[in-house]
Amino acid sequence: MLLVVEQFLNGLQFGLLLFLLAAGLTLVFGIMDLVNLAHGSLYMMGAYFAATFAAWTGSFLLGALLGLGATLLLGIVLEMTALRHLYGRDHLDHVLATFGLILFFNEAVRLIWGPAGLALPLPAWLTVPVPILPGIHYPAYRLAIIVVALLVALLLYLGVMRTRIGMLIRAGASNREMIGALGINIKLLYTLVFGLGAALAGLAGLMQAPILTVQIGMGENILILAFVIIVIGGIGSIRGAFLAAIFVGMIDTLGRAFLPDLLRQVLSGAAASTAAPALSSMLIYLLMAIVLVVRPEGLFPANRR
Amino acid sequence: MKPFTVSKAATALMLAGLVLLPLYSQLSGNIFILTLFTRVVILALAAASLNLMMGYGGMMSFGHAAYLGIGGYAVGMLAQEGVGSGFIQFPVALAASAIYGLVIGALSLRTRGVYFIMITLAFAQMAYYVASGLARYGGDDGLTIYKRSDFSGLINLSNRTQFYYLCLTCLLSVIFLIWRIANSRFGIVVQGLRSNEQRMQAIGFPAKRYQLVCFVISGMMCGLAGALLANNTDFISPAVMYWTRSGDLMVMVILGGMGTLFGPVMGAVVYLLLEEFLSQITEYWALIMGPLLLLVVLFGRGGIMGLLGRFNRD
Repeated sequence: MLLVVEQFLNGLQFGLLLFLLAAGLTLVFGIMDLVNLAHGSLYMMGAYFAATFAAWTGSFLLGALLGLGATLLLGIVLEMTALRHLYGRDHLDHVLATFGLILFFNEAVRLIWGPAGLALPLPAWLTVPVPILPGIHYPAYRLAIIVVALLVALLLYLGVMRTRIGMLIRAGASNREMIGALGINIKLLYTLVFGLGAALAGLAGLMQAPILTVQIGMGENILILAFVIIVIGGIGSIRGAFLAAIFVGMIDTLGRAFLPDLLRQVLSGAAASTAAPALSSMLIYLLMAIVLVVRPEGLFPANRR
Repeated sequence: MKPFTVSKAATALMLAGLVLLPLYSQLSGNIFILTLFTRVVILALAAASLNLMMGYGGMMSFGHAAYLGIGGYAVGMLAQEGVGSGFIQFPVALAASAIYGLVIGALSLRTRGVYFIMITLAFAQMAYYVASGLARYGGDDGLTIYKRSDFSGLINLSNRTQFYYLCLTCLLSVIFLIWRIANSRFGIVVQGLRSNEQRMQAIGFPAKRYQLVCFVISGMMCGLAGALLANNTDFISPAVMYWTRSGDLMVMVILGGMGTLFGPVMGAVVYLLLEEFLSQITEYWALIMGPLLLLVVLFGRGGIMGLLGRFNRD
């Protein structure tokens, strides 16, 4: 029971973290129609910035805040120098250009911070276990991730659905020329959207950093997960990304936790322990394949234009 | 008579260079260059196979590295089980690639656009994790192949020059085949589907069946590259199938010029040589390579072949 609750919360936490990454990806994809493979690099940069600033200032929160700002700035600079020239081009051009950016960022990190990873240590008040149910404790930091991510999801929803700038963003997604003709500075709007997407990726990176080490290429595995999520959820749909992210986070975490035992019921011990890791890593890809075969546009396709 | 263009001259020059390379290697005593170019030729073969799908068929596969792994593992697993004959290993590699392509293709072709890119990627990742789980064949660490494929007396794969020419022959045969396919009735239909699927269907062509056949042929060609690659490195590991490898292949195709016959070969040669050259100048070669790719996209539409083609108009 204890284990089930704990793994369930772990799944939720991982899912919400994936949502932050996928939300930025699906915003940029859905609104600017830009396939950004370098989104994982922004996740990595967020983690590196936060770890560096935290070491300088000696404060975790200050480091996280500065790291977030730095990633936002980096996203804006990136959009203004390189990516804005790619709008309206073929998806393949996006893939090639942003693949180049991945190479660049990985190498830049190796040059600046060296090949060894960094650590982002947690302050003492975030490491204590918190009682959540009678007899069940859960790490405070993981709870904090859940709370922060839920808060961001809510703000994002309200921002996109209920504010004027959100309305402009949605309108720009449907018809770029029209919104430009209405006198809106669409260039600036796109820059802001990309910056927001970068900041979301950076936030995911810096929040994950204390749990894993900060290292080169950390964005690549998780980027693919984020792509899986937006494809399952339906490209351009924030709601789809949210539900799919939690779903994927749960399946991945619960699969890794319980699949070995389940397999052991059917297979011999040795066969089960070799098959289980591969099978649990495959689970979400299997899920995505099934979803796409049944619903080729994802579970919650954004409204057709 | 078609005019002799700059891109044709460059292609001829490149091919002559590839054919004469072992001679240069022998005369200069530079063995390394032969080893390097064997790899280049094999990956050019893989890129050419991807180009058949992407350039001619309009199907963006982001999981082509899976075939490299399948072809490689067919060789490695059979070698491990004591079956050393290339006459068995290579047909098995091709058959396995065909079966994988048939299943994956049938499922993937239900989707289109970015979804197609992602589902091919997902299947390749699954293949990657299956290979990681093969404890008997090395799992994550990969599998060392102690003996190269044995083509009893016909050709000796351990002889560098002979192996190089085998790879080059395979590459040129595959390109010839792609040329024949592209100009056949089948190829015209596939290219028609790339331009307008609905219209082709309205005329009465079973679109998916044509695309699936193209998918399988492309996969088999890449499986051949995988079997050669495993022989070249005497080693096969799941890393060959990781998604960044598929990205590499895509980069080669786009860099060289998608939908042109020799573009992917040019792309593979330039990409791998650039990597080699830059890594000799600086340890941080990717710092230059990354922005270079970005610049190619921004200013060099149509890849190297497109750039070369521009000389004719000026």
